[in-house]
Amino acid sequence: MKKTLVKSRISEFLVGLVFGLGLIVSGMTDPGKVLGFLDLAGLWDPSLAFVMGGAIAVGLFAFALAKKRTTSFLGGAMHLPTSRDIDRRLVVGSLVFGAGWGLAGFCPGPAIVSAGAGQPKAVVFVLAMLAGMWLFEIAEGRMRRTPNQQAGAL
Amino acid sequence: MLIDWTHFTPWSALAGGVLLGLASALLVLLNGRILGVSGIVGGLLRPKAGDTGWRLAFVLGMLVAPGVYWLFAGATAPRIDAGWGVVVAAGLLVGIGTRYGSGCTSGHGVCGLSRLSPRSLVATLAFMGAGFVTVFLVRHVLG
Repeated sequence: MKKTLVKSRISEFLVGLVFGLGLIVSGMTDPGKVLGFLDLAGLWDPSLAFVMGGAIAVGLFAFALAKKRTTSFLGGAMHLPTSRDIDRRLVVGSLVFGAGWGLAGFCPGPAIVSAGAGQPKAVVFVLAMLAGMWLFEIAEGRMRRTPNQQAGAL
Repeated sequence: MLIDWTHFTPWSALAGGVLLGLASALLVLLNGRILGVSGIVGGLLRPKAGDTGWRLAFVLGMLVAPGVYWLFAGATAPRIDAGWGVVVAAGLLVGIGTRYGSGCTSGHGVCGLSRLSPRSLVATLAFMGAGFVTVFLVRHVLG
């Protein structure tokens, strides 16, 4: 059991490394390039469409296989998303994320990788992003508590 | 539409994309996890027993990636034009938005679309659309 745990941690670390290298090679860690892709009305750099294409071409096979599995290849449980709701949270949250992405050219993965490279602005971006995620946790915590308190009052 | 041929890098984009797909494939097949960076990091802020190790291992791998890249390929020269204030505002929006929307470019954009999830397709269209509109406003209306 202990051995599988060590194996899992090593594989997660290596996957993070491969993912980070992919972000660097693809150009995603260069906000100038990301904004060049998002700037349809200016001089448009379509490169990032190729990033998505390459990733999804591999992903399609992997997830088709993953759906058929009841356990992972290292023996753990499969944690696949179950939610199918297309609701306001999903859309509004994604719109807010896209606005932030368009402002600085960083999405979470490339920002963390660039912070690892010691880019000062990426470090500040990641700290602000963590603060945003923390605000979300606080708001969610309140939401969760309210129904319980109401139930307690009854 | 005018194409920026000088910055257009289809081959490195495709190669990088394949690495992203490979990483997503390995994480779900070996560890049974969705490679969604905002979800992986967000989960660290609400730690549960037995649920933090894999997140930290993954993030650590991401953090050392630039060092490994530098060893074999040399330094990169990212262009960060946004000022400090904009960087902070953008970070806050990305943090809040990705958690409310349950995902970002990796979780919805790569894994979700690869799973053929309609939910992730809607999220991806929403954040890409908002990204296009934001850059248009910043560069061509306000700028």
